Amino acid sequence: MREDAAPVVAQSAHLELDGVVSGYGQIMAIKGITLQVQTGEIVALIGANGAGKSTTLRTISGLLRPRSGRIGFEGERIDAVAPHKIVSRGISHVPEGRAIFSRLTVRENLEMGAFQRTDRAGIEADLDRVVGIFPRLRERLKQDGGTLSGGEQQMLAIGRALMARPRLLLMDEPSMGLSPVLVETIFNTIIDINRNGTTILLVEQNAAMALQVATRGYVLESGAIALEASAAELRASDLVRKTYLGEV
Amino acid sequence: MEQWIQLTIDGITLGGVYAVIALGYTLVYGVLRMINFAHGELFMMGAFGGFYTLDAFENHTTMNDSLPSLTIALAIFAGMGTSVILAILMERLAYRPLRHAPRLAPLISAIGVSILLRNLMLRWTNARRQVFPQVFPRGSIEIGDVNVTYIRIFLVALSILFMLLLYIFIQRTKTGTAIRAVAEDRDTAALMGIDVDRTIVLTFVSGAALAGAAGVCYAMYTTNAAAGMGFLPGIKAFTAAVLGGIGSVPGAMFGGYFLGLSESYSTKLIGAQYKDVVAFVLLVLVLIFRPWGFFGKREDRRA
Repeated sequence: MREDAAPVVAQSAHLELDGVVSGYGQIMAIKGITLQVQTGEIVALIGANGAGKSTTLRTISGLLRPRSGRIGFEGERIDAVAPHKIVSRGISHVPEGRAIFSRLTVRENLEMGAFQRTDRAGIEADLDRVVGIFPRLRERLKQDGGTLSGGEQQMLAIGRALMARPRLLLMDEPSMGLSPVLVETIFNTIIDINRNGTTILLVEQNAAMALQVATRGYVLESGAIALEASAAELRASDLVRKTYLGEV
Repeated sequence: MEQWIQLTIDGITLGGVYAVIALGYTLVYGVLRMINFAHGELFMMGAFGGFYTLDAFENHTTMNDSLPSLTIALAIFAGMGTSVILAILMERLAYRPLRHAPRLAPLISAIGVSILLRNLMLRWTNARRQVFPQVFPRGSIEIGDVNVTYIRIFLVALSILFMLLLYIFIQRTKTGTAIRAVAEDRDTAALMGIDVDRTIVLTFVSGAALAGAAGVCYAMYTTNAAAGMGFLPGIKAFTAAVLGGIGSVPGAMFGGYFLGLSESYSTKLIGAQYKDVVAFVLLVLVLIFRPWGFFGKREDRRA
């Protein structure tokens, strides 16, 4: 499609978006986003409903083709790569609303997460690891995904994404609809996953929570980056405090 | 009494054929939410695939005489192969380009493919029925007072075997699980690393393989093959799939047998000339009172 096949990112940047425009049909939900995620970071992408957060993630994972702009991952362009091939390059996506396969069992859901892999023993070991992280899934391996509670579905969605052994994990609103206790649990897990070597790009409406775990953050407003700073700076900024942290 | 047993055996024989064809409709509907109206033609083309293969071997009577089972297997595999190749072409040329078009477009395309194939075969055969070579051993066994031909037993057994194989494929294999995942949520399936296009092709292939096998067996049973032979069984199998709940694998199996038995009993209760009417009355009744079928999930109306 595009002429230049040269790497668009410095080797150190894990993920780089450069002027990405994307959306559905004629409506461009993101209008030129530039952002970087470095290896090992947790980067938060915060913003109101409809700011373009999910569109950004869906464009990175290939479900949407960018209208213009470039996306680089580990030094290679991925903006014209099919979604299933993006998974094999090391990016997993925990979609908004969890999107559990409700008619597949919990075990089958996890196995689908490892669809591209062929190392049976490794898959079994990772399945063990996932149900180790989320013991409630262990008891429910044979149940249909649809029978799980909201919190369990979120655990399954995260566990399922981990089954691909991603180097970059995209997470879309993991706290949505969960009780405060569960949100705490999920965010602790996110920190653990990151400590174990997975870079994370986290989309959240719960800005307070996201900025607690993130190293850096971007504020997205009507499809464009309004602010970029370290998590601490964002927590302190007037804009974020008033608009996203609900302070007056 | 014997008559009822005979009718039951007839119904199960026919029902098995309907069920095997119905699985193709239900599988494709599951992943694409589309009725492949050309599925009956896959059944017909399968029958011809078997027919022409046997035709080519016609002079090798030694083979037919000494190894009837090998000849039968050859015909069935040829039929399956023919249908599978056609299904791949069909999906690639007539359906995939319309993947993101309004839902009516692939449906109309399917009707077009159906008409095209039927008319191609009408021309090719000069609109004549082809007498299917008599490869299946004649003869029958007596069960009590009821006479059951070998081919009938074969048909019943084979349809059960195929359904069992399909069920294992869908429920127990990785590819089958991927088909179920794509059926439920195509985008999320892609995020798992599943190649959605490939999975859709495999779904067509599975349905076509069953239709092709059914076509050959049906032609052996009725002893002929004709360009129009796919129409009634196709539309009846579609009815069976709807009866059971389109998209549901057990539903298609149930619907097939239910329809086969209903038809068979109706020949005695209402009259043989109304046999075909029964299927469509059932279809209308189900669509009015229980459109999601017996096994299907009640679905929100889609735009």
